[in-house]
Amino acid sequence: MTQNSPLMVAVVFRVGPVDVTRTVITTWALMALLAAGSWTLTRRLAIRPSRRQMVLELVVTGILSQIEEVTRKNARPLLPLLGTLFLFLLTANVSGVLPGVQAPTARIETPAALALVVFLAVHGFGVRTRGLIGYLESFAQPKLFMLPLNVLSEITRTFSLMVRLFGNIMSGEFLIALVLALAGLILPIPLMALELLIGVVQAYIFSVLATVFIGAALGETSDEPLEAPAKPLDQP
Amino acid sequence: MDAKIISIIAAAVAVAIGSIGPALGEGRSVAAAMDAIARQPEAAGTISRTLFVGLAMIETMAIYCLVIALILLFANPYAR
Repeated sequence: MTQNSPLMVAVVFRVGPVDVTRTVITTWALMALLAAGSWTLTRRLAIRPSRRQMVLELVVTGILSQIEEVTRKNARPLLPLLGTLFLFLLTANVSGVLPGVQAPTARIETPAALALVVFLAVHGFGVRTRGLIGYLESFAQPKLFMLPLNVLSEITRTFSLMVRLFGNIMSGEFLIALVLALAGLILPIPLMALELLIGVVQAYIFSVLATVFIGAALGETSDEPLEAPAKPLDQP
Repeated sequence: MDAKIISIIAAAVAVAIGSIGPALGEGRSVAAAMDAIARQPEAAGTISRTLFVGLAMIETMAIYCLVIALILLFANPYAR
């Protein structure tokens, strides 16, 4: 019963005391692919972009404008973390359809690590923009008795970020495996297409939620107010 | 009854009942978003982004039920 459990991972080999699992190998392969791809694609950048560079710029500016729309702030400092997160999640979720490859996000360790990264990044960006005291004060907003609830929500939303990604990707994989065991050849293909869509949507949702959390931690200390506070028109 | 059989039934009940609420909630929110896009097509980008985030939040409830079911089935501390 436990050997097929989605909460367990199969150890492929060991390096000293460290177990190397299939998900770790897939993750490192994806990381190498993304890093090498980015490195080769950005070798010959020009003012007049080639076709390849235009696609690249489209991706980067698309992510940048999405972050800007969500946080309503300067998105440039957030771009490296969130852009990498989105691209990694996209490739990781979609990699499950390759034969012999298991999506790293279908096991609980990878979503847990990514949620932890987001958790640390939220507080890092919050402390960096508002200062330690100012950021800690924001937990006691709007009243002091909200403090435990705010702290609790920090933990639960990180947990739900992890569980959402894991649950969606893992359940899709489980579904395909069950249908494959029940009925043969053609039937799993539409489900795999659905699983591709779910993978893309979940990568988007994870990144947008990370952006929302970081944007909330940055607070309302933007340079220009979005809209002027409404003034009463007629005063008696 | 055996603890294993009870936990299998409990897992099925958790997913079955736990997915009713999120299904109704997602249906309502998508209907409201469709209505809003039909009224104001120029705001479709903002509405659909908010819709996706909201759907993810609603869906979390169903995913929690799924995780409870998985723990009951695969990592149950009482059915060893």
